Amino acid sequence: MTFLATIGTFFLAFFEQSGRLSVFVGQTLAAMLRPPIYFRIIGQQIIRIGYFSLPVVALTSFFTGGALAIQIYYGGNQFNSEAIVSSIVALGITRELGPVLGGLMVAGRVSAAIAAEIGTMRVTEQIDALTTLSTNPHKYLVAPRVIAATICMPVLALVADIIGIFGGFVVGTQSFGFNAAIYVQRTINFLSVDDVTSGLIKAAVFGFIIAIMGCYNGYYSKGGAQGVGRATTNAVVSASILILAANYLMTALLFSA
Amino acid sequence: MTAKIALSDVHKSFGTKAVLRGVNLQVETGQSLVVIGGSGSGKSVMLKSILGLLTPDSGSIKIDGRETVGLARRGRADIDHQVGMLFQNGALFDSLPVWKNVAFRAIQNDGMNESDARDLAVDALKRVELGPELLDLSPAALSGGMHKRVGLARAIASKPEIIFFDEPTTGLDPIMTDVINHLIRNCVQELGSTTVTITHDMTSVRAIADKTALLYKGEIIWQGTTDELEGSDDPFLNQFINGLAHGPIEVEGQKLDSAASPIEAV
Repeated sequence: MTFLATIGTFFLAFFEQSGRLSVFVGQTLAAMLRPPIYFRIIGQQIIRIGYFSLPVVALTSFFTGGALAIQIYYGGNQFNSEAIVSSIVALGITRELGPVLGGLMVAGRVSAAIAAEIGTMRVTEQIDALTTLSTNPHKYLVAPRVIAATICMPVLALVADIIGIFGGFVVGTQSFGFNAAIYVQRTINFLSVDDVTSGLIKAAVFGFIIAIMGCYNGYYSKGGAQGVGRATTNAVVSASILILAANYLMTALLFSA
Repeated sequence: MTAKIALSDVHKSFGTKAVLRGVNLQVETGQSLVVIGGSGSGKSVMLKSILGLLTPDSGSIKIDGRETVGLARRGRADIDHQVGMLFQNGALFDSLPVWKNVAFRAIQNDGMNESDARDLAVDALKRVELGPELLDLSPAALSGGMHKRVGLARAIASKPEIIFFDEPTTGLDPIMTDVINHLIRNCVQELGSTTVTITHDMTSVRAIADKTALLYKGEIIWQGTTDELEGSDDPFLNQFINGLAHGPIEVEGQKLDSAASPIEAV
């Protein structure tokens, strides 16, 4: 009986969370589309989410591009195929690693920050204060962050693409003695626009997920400092899992058609 | 005459815990009502229900004769506009300087320009006896007393018809408590607002109340004027206003009967 009760409790909690998240997403979409739209706050969030994430994303993608080049070179060497390093680095970075690793890094940085900020506002009654001052918290707090993250992530993914490919180029030319001009030419020849745009579409979805999970967990945090800590952890974990799940679904959708 | 605020048989539960169990209360226009009661008696839930931050399970809450229960946020925009609220810890926005906190509603809702908003903030701060040197400070740089006063300035900046005070003197020293009580009294008299204050602090009750109500276990069990408060022989009220550990009020779910010794009660 206890076992059944545990399963029942788990599923009830799961459906409650799912329903509440769905309503939250719906309210956020409505807030994003209906005026007033707080352009100044969106601008501030673009700086905080996008600009300040650049170093993290750039370093991640540079080292990932370099490591990928080494793996492909030594893996491909057995079949005498080191020449495909440039094309596979470009493809791997633009289609998968740029947006996904960039998304995960931004999830760790931004989702946590958003959840902590909004969670603190919740437990210190600042969100209630917003409501009593005739300001909709979804419009003032949630929508600007979601819009900013959805705009910023494709730009960050593009930066990750360029720097990741550059990381592969540096390793290829400096460690393995590839000809720089040929490396660049092979990258350009092999890469199609669809490879890049598919990654950017994914990145936009990841940006939405990152901000919405940060806002959602912060908005419903309770129980003081411990509650805010829990919200921060939940935001990063849930955003990361949803990014990987969404990546799988979108890859299946975009590349099986 | 229609009451400014009228609660009728308001119930609110969280899961199996019933917090409000049929609250009936009326506040007349221009009246200062103070609701007293122990921790967990339902004061904050009642206040949040009137503000529309919580939705009662049943009952009626009318403001100016208009039903607010079940009203969507957008539907009560005009009601929200005439309401000011001082939160227990001020609830100032950390990310904004003092002047933007004080003039928040005017900037966000009325589209007031920065220059006029600063003037509005200066005027509101003056009402709570604070100077313009605070305008550009962050809330984090303010002391507890200043925090409360800036919160009060924000609550009265738009000259609301109704102001709510949530434990306005909690955590303050006796002198600052007296300052806040006087500021509340003065502001309310100047603006002619109707106010609802929830507090544990009997000094505040005597300083600011026209009418007092005692909330116990989710029900209003006594209400009357300040004079009636002092002369009342209600055992619940007497225990509360005299701060007695023993009496009919159960403390944290345990009845401390006056006949039982503390050791027996444990």
